[in-house]
Amino acid sequence: MIRFIVRRLLLLIPILFGISILLFIWVRALPGGPATALLGERSNPERIAEINKTYGFDKPLLTQYFTYMSKVIRLDFGQSIQLRRDVSDEIFRRFPATVELAGAAMIFAVGIGVPLGFMSAKRERTVFDYGSVAATLIGVSIPVFFLAQILKYVFSLQFSLLPSTRRLDVKIDLEKVTNLNLVDSLLAWNGAAFWDSIRHLILPAIALGTIPLAIIARITRASVLETLNDDYVRTARAKGLRTSTVNRVHVLRNSLLPIVTVIGLQTGLLLSGAVLTETVFAWDGMGSLIGNAVIGKDYPVIQGGVMFLAVVFVLVNLFVDVMYAVIDPRIRVS
Amino acid sequence: MRLLTRASSKELADSAADPGPNPRDDKAANSLGREAWRRIIHNPLAVVGGVIIIVFVLVAIFAPWLAPYDPRANTWFDQIRPTSIPGPSSEHWFGLDAGGRDELSRIIYGARASLMIGVLSLTIGAIVGGIIGLIAGAFGGWIDGLVMRITDIMLAVPGLLLALSVAAVIGQSQTAIIIAVAVPNVPLFARLLRGSMLGERQKDYVTSAYSVGVSRRVLVRRHILPNSVAPMLVQGSLALSTAVIDAAIDAAALSFLGLGSADPGVPEWGRMLTDTTRLLNVAPHLAFFPGMAILITALGFNLFGEAAREALDPKLRR
Repeated sequence: MIRFIVRRLLLLIPILFGISILLFIWVRALPGGPATALLGERSNPERIAEINKTYGFDKPLLTQYFTYMSKVIRLDFGQSIQLRRDVSDEIFRRFPATVELAGAAMIFAVGIGVPLGFMSAKRERTVFDYGSVAATLIGVSIPVFFLAQILKYVFSLQFSLLPSTRRLDVKIDLEKVTNLNLVDSLLAWNGAAFWDSIRHLILPAIALGTIPLAIIARITRASVLETLNDDYVRTARAKGLRTSTVNRVHVLRNSLLPIVTVIGLQTGLLLSGAVLTETVFAWDGMGSLIGNAVIGKDYPVIQGGVMFLAVVFVLVNLFVDVMYAVIDPRIRVS
Repeated sequence: MRLLTRASSKELADSAADPGPNPRDDKAANSLGREAWRRIIHNPLAVVGGVIIIVFVLVAIFAPWLAPYDPRANTWFDQIRPTSIPGPSSEHWFGLDAGGRDELSRIIYGARASLMIGVLSLTIGAIVGGIIGLIAGAFGGWIDGLVMRITDIMLAVPGLLLALSVAAVIGQSQTAIIIAVAVPNVPLFARLLRGSMLGERQKDYVTSAYSVGVSRRVLVRRHILPNSVAPMLVQGSLALSTAVIDAAIDAAALSFLGLGSADPGVPEWGRMLTDTTRLLNVAPHLAFFPGMAILITALGFNLFGEAAREALDPKLRR
């Protein structure tokens, strides 16, 4: 097991090297440099040259790449051109926001998706089943953007029930330790901030979690249906086990593998930045950080941000693979 | 996994390992096709989906005859106020847009853009991905390893980011959206074809052909490739739904982030949806109609795709 994990982690190195080269070429292929984007109307050749010199963009590409990589190895991703802050600081500030949102969205998706899929499979070909299949199909068909707007319109603009922008009310003062608002407000023992953070999380989490919810429910249904037909389930029932025991020990446990796979994949996708949802709800996460960086041609932020997300993506997938072995002992042997 | 409609590329690629129907065995293929068709038309959900798809395609083709007005004519601009935009009326069923144009006509013409982007991007993705997969599958060894690591990297970069950068590189145009939707399809098809080719290479008929001295080129071209294409075609036709949906969603995302098509006069659902963000309070109908258009079209493709996938899956045939 340890050997497997180490091997997978070592595989990260060539992947990161590949991504770093591609990213390096790619960001420089963006039309207009960071200097032009920064200066805007006031740009003139002298000032552009000046800025390029400050950031070393006037050196040959190969030199730039080696300077950059020698810093990256020491975990220094350079400085953002637009924000004039260290990229690593910015990632440290933004990533927790993305984690919080993705976590809330996944709790929503798994908490509803798995039971929904399970009950739907148990009541196959009933009104409940058809209803849930139809609902989940709509769930995968709805554009996130549209859903976000409906939620915003109904709950925020029409009825003012929930806030629809930012992570915390401006009037609430909260000391940032982990940058996870929920954790920070607990650390500060600030009930108002905790409650307000939750209120701010609800709409974006529902918007972001709906597609994963629908996918998880569908996978759960399919997987449980397959397991229900298996011989050992019939045997378990035949020997008189209680339905709840059969469901828990025999059905759910054996259906878990595809469910965990899809949960892992979806988590990876959510963590790697929900640009749209974050932009609609003005959520200060990784997605909006990188999205703005692409528009502003902020080379260091794009490079550092995407590489960071790629590592996260690979780590999440690794975690899922390790979970397989925990769930299914047969995999541990092979 | 087979029930997943908007499957992540990785899963779709992995399912390539399933040996598909054998296209050489015409009789079997025929009966599978006929059987699948019978199952589809007996499934009410599939029929609903099929009808939606047909309507969508017809609307796209016959847009000029169906649309009541010119989608680009801002004839009613004098009725637009910053605080009020006329909603649905008997004259304009879907109301007017912020530019004083007929929203219904724009929705009808918008179907064209979505269909075109979806079909073109899928074709490009399938061709480029197919060639890459063919190279990996035909040569194997270190070439295969290299190509697969590259597709790994492509899969690790979030699709929307890829789309963003493509649009940023080649400028704001419909071509950018087509390429942006096509690029994430490349690793998917590459893995699909490579997977089924590797599966085919293990088969006895390949070994026997090789042992009687058939050259590698002939082996790949005449034996392995024809037998490996079927799963790719099946998955490809199913991926069309995803492509059409992605076309709308990516276009929406790009224009939202300021990288959409350069000409705002050209109606396109995704863009129509996002351009109205600031007007949500004034004219919610401008978000509602394009949003519903995308939703219904996506639903149609998903309903039909789902049924087709089930019908073609030999494991579910009982």
